[in-house]
Amino acid sequence: MAIASISVSETPLVLYTLRRADDALILGHRLSEWCGHAPMLEEDMALANMGLDLLGQARELYSYAAKVEGRGNDEDKFAYLRDVRQYRNLLLLEQPNGDFAQTMVRQFFYSAYADLYWRAMMKSSDATLAAIAAKSEKESAYHLRHTSEWMVRLGDGTEESHARAQAAIDHLWAFTGEMFEADASERGLIDAGISVDSASLRPQWLKTVADVVDEATLALPKNDWMQQGGRDGRHSEHLGHLLSELQSMQRTFPGAAW
Amino acid sequence: MYTQALNTSDADDRHVEDAARAAAFQARIDAEERIEPNDWMPAAYRKTLTRQISQHAHSEIVGMLPEGNWITRAPSLRRKAALLAKVQDECGHGLYLYAAAETLGASREELVDLMLSGKAKYSSIFNYPTLTWADIGVIGWLVDGAAIMNQIPLCRCSYGPYARAMIRVGKEESFHQRQGYEIMLTLARGSEEQKAMAQDALNRWWWPVLMMFGPPDQVSQHSDTSTKWKIKRFSNDELRQKFVDATVPQAQYLGLTIPDPGMKQNAEGHWEYSSIDWDEFKQVLAGNGPCNRDRLAARRKAHDEGAWVREAAQAYAEKRKHRQLAQAAE
Repeated sequence: MAIASISVSETPLVLYTLRRADDALILGHRLSEWCGHAPMLEEDMALANMGLDLLGQARELYSYAAKVEGRGNDEDKFAYLRDVRQYRNLLLLEQPNGDFAQTMVRQFFYSAYADLYWRAMMKSSDATLAAIAAKSEKESAYHLRHTSEWMVRLGDGTEESHARAQAAIDHLWAFTGEMFEADASERGLIDAGISVDSASLRPQWLKTVADVVDEATLALPKNDWMQQGGRDGRHSEHLGHLLSELQSMQRTFPGAAW
Repeated sequence: MYTQALNTSDADDRHVEDAARAAAFQARIDAEERIEPNDWMPAAYRKTLTRQISQHAHSEIVGMLPEGNWITRAPSLRRKAALLAKVQDECGHGLYLYAAAETLGASREELVDLMLSGKAKYSSIFNYPTLTWADIGVIGWLVDGAAIMNQIPLCRCSYGPYARAMIRVGKEESFHQRQGYEIMLTLARGSEEQKAMAQDALNRWWWPVLMMFGPPDQVSQHSDTSTKWKIKRFSNDELRQKFVDATVPQAQYLGLTIPDPGMKQNAEGHWEYSSIDWDEFKQVLAGNGPCNRDRLAARRKAHDEGAWVREAAQAYAEKRKHRQLAQAAE
């Protein structure tokens, strides 16, 4: 017997918080898929570490969303009892791990953004979000450093690693635009100083990314067409499979405590 | 996670080395001194320890797989984070132990190759499958519990780097064990379905866990040398008995039944268990356990598919070194 998904009152602040929580959970889940299978033990440790940071961020953000919503939902209900159309994460973060280059490029693109985003959010007029930002910024700064180093190693390593890293950049580039979008529901939060305008972060993001990519002897694609939809629950086909695995226990044993 | 009592020592290939040095070495052991990497040691002592420590390291790394099997399906975010952190700890133990083995002159690469080629052993327990969430609880409670029984005396092992590694590893294992027991407690207090899941997991893991302590004393090889060198301080059967005595009341508290109808408490208070199926143990060691092939295949896949990444890191490091040298020459 399956259990029905919960309903969520997506007021602007709840929706906003859920979107960031979903980002952290989905990317953290993807990183956790590597555990025990990484190219070297040191990287097994590092990938798990970043995954744990992101899971921690997700839990704080879900708990805050639950508090703001005030309808008896909690971190686990948000994570385990929403269907694919209710998930609000960026398309970039649900993309499969692929090879190590694809995982690193995905993490690099996101960390370069998250580092700027959380640093800006430390000034949020919402005290809880500002506190979460202060902790998350330290974590994303490390993620950015770690992934930047790998970008350079892979790009400027061997012919094969260069080709794989370039292919990963070309494949994932179209998912980066979504990070800088804000819809009508976020506009009010930006005006109230609760949220930052992500679009304003793009020039600095592009500079960080371009510098590392350049040092790595790699190139950014010329194609500027960007995919959209994750923030509204229009996902790639990959997310449904991820969720069916993530949610299998809660869906199979409705209401059980673990 | 755990070292298995596969650790036979190498008395047979021991050459007669400098008799005076050997006597001085044994005198230091007898005086409970720690042997350190740069100290003289008999070749057989080195070989025995290299094998035991590297088997322990392999066990940590292969042991990531059965538990890793549940990270993506953990039933709550709290459990998911705890399990990921736990499996990460095992990886850290593996790294730490490979480093301890390297102090004896073996490289991590050559040790890992021995494992991947099937020549080196790892703990037999990881050749059993994790079928339900309750298996994650049982592994923490019993598999880590058995590991702790083995590791406590190893904290006083005569070889310094191994003894120190065991102190650090043991602290984390104790935490894992409590976590595992807490999973079991939650299941035992849960629905009928959850209780049945917990009992089923105990039924499947109980006997393989008892086998973790290694063959019975009357057939255990060369224990005397390891004992003389103070690598091993208790026999397999002694440790197994300690474990059973500690575990029975824990199972009772959970309201679970140990799958051994013949088990009874003797006059001294020890729990006497029925005879263990050592044929199963031999089969699993010989490669015929339910997951031997899967475990090795998974490790080989990670190793092979990661080769280009390791090569890239090395190529880049060399390029960088050359550039720095060239710069310095300018």
